Amino acid sequence: MKDGPGDADAGALREQFDRLRTGYPSQMSASLVLPLLQIVQEQKGHVTPADAHVVADYAGVPRAQAIEALSWYTMLHRQPVGRHVVKVCRNIACALRGSDRLLAHVEKTLGVAPGGTTADGRVTFLAVECLASCGTAPVMQVDETYHEQLDEATVDRVLGELP
Amino acid sequence: MSGQRGQDVHADNVFMSFAVTSDSHTLDAYRARGGYEALGKALRTLRPEDVEAEVTASGLRGRGGANFPVGSKWSFVNKQSPVVYLCCNADEGEPGTFKDRWILEHIPHQLVEGILLAAFALNVRHAFVYIRGEFDLPLRRLRAALEEARAAGLVGDGILGSGFACDIVVHRGGGAYVCGEESSLINSLEGKKGYPRNKPPFPAVKGFYGAPTVVNNVETLANVPWIVARGGAAYAALGNKANPGHRLFGISGHVNRPGLYELPTGYPMKKLIFEDAGGILGGKPLKAVIPGGSSTPVLTAGEIETLTLDAPSLQQAGSMLGSGGLIVIAEGTCMVRLLQVLTRFYRHESCGQCTPCREGTAWMDDILARVVDGRGEAADVASLRAIPEGILGNTLCALGDAAAMPVLSFVKKFGNEFEYFAANRRSLNGDRLEA
Repeated sequence: MKDGPGDADAGALREQFDRLRTGYPSQMSASLVLPLLQIVQEQKGHVTPADAHVVADYAGVPRAQAIEALSWYTMLHRQPVGRHVVKVCRNIACALRGSDRLLAHVEKTLGVAPGGTTADGRVTFLAVECLASCGTAPVMQVDETYHEQLDEATVDRVLGELP
Repeated sequence: MSGQRGQDVHADNVFMSFAVTSDSHTLDAYRARGGYEALGKALRTLRPEDVEAEVTASGLRGRGGANFPVGSKWSFVNKQSPVVYLCCNADEGEPGTFKDRWILEHIPHQLVEGILLAAFALNVRHAFVYIRGEFDLPLRRLRAALEEARAAGLVGDGILGSGFACDIVVHRGGGAYVCGEESSLINSLEGKKGYPRNKPPFPAVKGFYGAPTVVNNVETLANVPWIVARGGAAYAALGNKANPGHRLFGISGHVNRPGLYELPTGYPMKKLIFEDAGGILGGKPLKAVIPGGSSTPVLTAGEIETLTLDAPSLQQAGSMLGSGGLIVIAEGTCMVRLLQVLTRFYRHESCGQCTPCREGTAWMDDILARVVDGRGEAADVASLRAIPEGILGNTLCALGDAAAMPVLSFVKKFGNEFEYFAANRRSLNGDRLEA
């Protein structure tokens, strides 16, 4: 991981940053920290400390504040992830409807345990907490999209269709 | 789409008052069924204090789980303050709860109208929606609704030709359960980590960037257009007199028809489980119900016999209606393993600020992980009774209590399963979680 300033391509991101800024009252630039980090992640897949410095400088907050946010919010990836992120819920409603079975099935299919990335860099597999989809459990989220009322066959189809 | 079942659609419902179609979430569809008429009425004929008075008269209480009277919360705010903020809490994350997501996906304009009415009542120029970072379709639907509303002159300056102006900013969370706590949400919205704040001062006095701030849940605010349109007294007449209104009850777990059901408060719990939701999977007997999201104390089948879905009934039974998310558990389920699903969650989500919660959630989870792994000891069950007592009431925010209550209630009501698992190093129920 590079850690010098400018790791994030501030020029390329600048336009998106500026667009975000127009959505917030001008005196609230500190509020931009998390959404700016999210923009970086959308662009690059993960966020480095150097990216957080760029974000902090843009938002006008101490660099430590952006580093703090980066290390505290679990949706921000501090390490590179696969081209796709597969999140399988393991909380109570999904557990009652078979998430243990699905987690084992995904692990077997992908050949990696939760937290791991396939050797070809295609998929990062995560076991996550409640996705607020308990009425259609069990559920997984692949990149942005929710897949509900899952069974093994649906998991196979969804994972198989990932480029 | 989230789990709306084919329940009857009633025109008098607060939420499920129309048939869901591919475009029923749009501005045109919302207006065709009377949407934004309450806002128009308020801007033409009501003063801000009149809107607040209707909400107070409605008896509406917070739907995020705390059940606090909304009119009281609004009354604490000094409306003459140069700046007042409104934050809509859309950080839905209480396990067993999936109602706000339905509102965002299917009636985003009703939420926007509710936010605007609250903003009018509270003298708010800038409102914020803090939405769960994982939400995708809810986010897209909300953003699209706001674009439509801006283009139609419903959000921004001079709303509907009046002198009222309000902007609504959508802010995505970063995947932290604790950010659903209102002061944690405010810290997160200020670009910090989501540590809860000490109270007092309450947000109504000193909140977002130090200004008076109201934080209301999505479902709470989505009630407001109905209340303003038909009057607080009409809302107060719905359901249970002491805890009135309609709620979007979510039911999950071992039932045949899980999903969301709009029901008046006071509705019999057994009727929801055994009639609306079709009873228990495989016709098994009911074992237990977690009545209002994973934090609320579990109830045995015997305890729910006469319960109704309102705060007083649940309180009398020693639990809470919480967020209205019922988790139904069939006979034959291993309560020890099921509890460890929850201790793992609370341990993960404890923000670490308060020692009793940070350490206590880890201790409880370590012990249960050991028991479930067949390495339990006789003293473990006594520890599981003692540790949550040390967390309860000893933390800044409600997450400590939320983590303690499931452990206390599971071990109290299903103690024999815990004793058996620890002593015999195996589950009394064959490790089963699925029905």
